[in-house]
Amino acid sequence: MENIHDFYTKMEDGNILLSFKGEVTSDLLTSILQIMESKMETLAEPPIIKKKVYNILVECLQNLYHHLENDDLATPMNEKSALFMIKKQDDEYSIMTGNYIMNENVPSMKNRLDTINSMDTLQLKTYYKEVLNNGEMSTKGGGGLGMIDIARKSGKKLEYRFDKVDNKFSFFSLNVKVAQKTKEEKENV
Amino acid sequence: MEIIILEGTPKTPTVEFKPLEGYLLLRGRSIPENSIEFYKPLIDGLEAYNQNPQPTTNVDIQLEYFNTSSSKCVLDVLKKLEVINGNSKVTINWYYEEDDEDMLEAGEDYQAIINVPFKMVEVEE
Repeated sequence: MENIHDFYTKMEDGNILLSFKGEVTSDLLTSILQIMESKMETLAEPPIIKKKVYNILVECLQNLYHHLENDDLATPMNEKSALFMIKKQDDEYSIMTGNYIMNENVPSMKNRLDTINSMDTLQLKTYYKEVLNNGEMSTKGGGGLGMIDIARKSGKKLEYRFDKVDNKFSFFSLNVKVAQKTKEEKENV
Repeated sequence: MEIIILEGTPKTPTVEFKPLEGYLLLRGRSIPENSIEFYKPLIDGLEAYNQNPQPTTNVDIQLEYFNTSSSKCVLDVLKKLEVINGNSKVTINWYYEEDDEDMLEAGEDYQAIINVPFKMVEVEE
């Protein structure tokens, strides 16, 4: 038998509040949001943190949802599944996602993330407004705003990596940290 | 003209559009996966309203959360109101909870794009 205790210890040591691996459906998304909302209620998080984490969760989960919905219907089942984890350590939340992405889409994705990471708060705000106002509305409705919004709300650089799996797919890992900045600190940036 | 009354759900906001009163309310959460589908009737309703609007149009937007997919649709609603503002005096009240800088900033972002005065209204949590 597999050592379930090992899994447990890994999650416990990693301060994982919630994790999910599988296909992200609309219903699942609703459930995860509800669970996390009541969890943060129990942890008595300040409203400002609760809202930031919730907002980033929504965007990350919907990114996974739309990615699976639209990207490539021919993808084998196991490659349609995604990984989603929320970690809380020393008052810092991390929202981690992992999903398969076609190799040919890696350069453009990397380019988008690098562009966002090269921007400061003010540049991100301008970029967001630009895409909001001029960007084409995609069928998913997001039109490329998701990542910009995640970066704005998180207040930190987006950590990511791509691991090549085979000739067709890479695994895309994203780690979004939620800064616990006080108002004073923010004003000094 | 059609009245639109929609009760809020965990993913979609309460919508009240009362053309005869010149009133529109959006309140709650707007985080549907497909927001275009959700907002289409309202955008069509505003389009029809502009044919024969009331002298004044009051709009209350009191969103707790909205996703980026909704943010485009909210902009579409605001753009319709910008057009209506030519035929009716439009007032937009943008509500945000105290300390919710992100929601205040979101209102400011729209204000910078839309040529209709916004009133920023802080509410207690």
